[in-house]
Amino acid sequence: MTRRVVVTGLGVVAPNANSVSGFAQALREGRSGLRFIPKLQELEFGCRVAGVPQDVDAIAARYFDADELLAMNSNHRYGCIAALDAWTDAGFARPERSDPHVYWEAGAVLGTGVGGLDTAGERLVPYTDSGRVRRLGSTIVEQIMNSGVTARLSGLLALGNQVTSNSSACSTGTEAILEGAQRIRMGLAERMLCGGSEGSSHYVWAGFDAMRVLCRNFNDAPERASRPMSASAGGFIPGSGAGVLHLESLQSAQARCARIYAEVLGGAVNCGGHRGGGSMTAPNPDGVQRCIRAALHDSGLVPADIDAINGHLTATGADPKEVGAWARALECTPERLPPITSTKSMIGHCLGAAGGVECVASILMLDGGFVHPSINCEDVHPEIAPYAASIPHEVRAMPQLRTIIKAGFGFGDVNACVAFRKWSTTDH
Amino acid sequence: MTHQEVFQKVVGVLKPYVKNEAALSNVSEATNILDDLKVNSARLVDVVLEFEDLFEIQIADADADKVDTVGDAVSLIEAKLS
Repeated sequence: MTRRVVVTGLGVVAPNANSVSGFAQALREGRSGLRFIPKLQELEFGCRVAGVPQDVDAIAARYFDADELLAMNSNHRYGCIAALDAWTDAGFARPERSDPHVYWEAGAVLGTGVGGLDTAGERLVPYTDSGRVRRLGSTIVEQIMNSGVTARLSGLLALGNQVTSNSSACSTGTEAILEGAQRIRMGLAERMLCGGSEGSSHYVWAGFDAMRVLCRNFNDAPERASRPMSASAGGFIPGSGAGVLHLESLQSAQARCARIYAEVLGGAVNCGGHRGGGSMTAPNPDGVQRCIRAALHDSGLVPADIDAINGHLTATGADPKEVGAWARALECTPERLPPITSTKSMIGHCLGAAGGVECVASILMLDGGFVHPSINCEDVHPEIAPYAASIPHEVRAMPQLRTIIKAGFGFGDVNACVAFRKWSTTDH
Repeated sequence: MTHQEVFQKVVGVLKPYVKNEAALSNVSEATNILDDLKVNSARLVDVVLEFEDLFEIQIADADADKVDTVGDAVSLIEAKLS
């Protein structure tokens, strides 16, 4: 059984906007959400810039009650706000707590890359190490367990289908969308909230800083610090937030006359096996190309169908290799590469949330007929120079934009790639 | 501290955990913390920690396990304070 899957709702909490409409506007403007973080200076991080969603506490106070907030760290707040927004954007009301109805046909695959290290760093470790285990209270486990966000969400929305949290480093959010879509395709669910979330914490970012994979050269110019595809790219900027798609069977969406943003045509996940140049931290280029080609095949697309690429593109030395991999997988000469852009240029690398947030960006570009700018690469990397015409430095209006492809790659040499097509009434 | 003051402070500690707001507005010493106020049973350990901090007392697990109603909590705290 293979059924068509569509996107009927979006939710996003990002460093440059906390609403879907605000995020669409920020993307068009090329607005950076990256800021100087005094705590990172105090702790002598090399990188002192990060992407942190703003004014989330005010939203959280409206969305959650006091008991819930006592057990919701930043990862939980971002993930649940984005998921609730996607649910309501799809036309569903939040259920009352007293309503016994369970949505057996609706579930969630919402992943996280690192998870609740703020809870671990601020409470679990110091309390445990000082012999105060009893003082930890009851709220630690649900905030540090990998499935904590979906565990909370299932209660907020009375979800009765599969509720789980995947984890595949920086491909987590994209993988989650493919997992949920697959479940709907197979007829095992009608609706799935899918994407990723990642909290804001120096404990999450410290290990990356120690690896020297974060940018250290733009601490005094935060908005210019994330520089994918540029010659001056010196590492990524850590971000945080959440992005969630409300996926639905076409059958269910049409039966309730839902607004349809786009169709999930298909996708693929794989691993490069740490061979052929791949490692814990670098992708096997053959694995990347295979993943993209498999996504095209699964989607019933040929390379010429692709109108735009939302790359992984983090602002490390891997960017030139990635651009080359896209060109080879799409079998095109440099001058024929479709427009290619990096959402991370504005929000940094949101790790486990990256795929979710950037898939929301991809859907918004389809919906609005534009490709957002990839900022801070006025000095295009020499190895990417042959593709320079494909990089939008300002918003590029593309009313003909119909099919967009999005990929995410992660530590462990894992890859995920998904293709979306703008919905039009002739697709019935 | 008067009996009424202890009662009010106990209700104040319970307030953020209460899932049944209506029951809170009619709260009395006979009100059952789990059944009436619909406090999640897992959160009772947090409530006990807050009692300890607020009243500067120690509450053994065995004593905490005997608390069912708001009045039980008030009596336990008063016994520790005296």
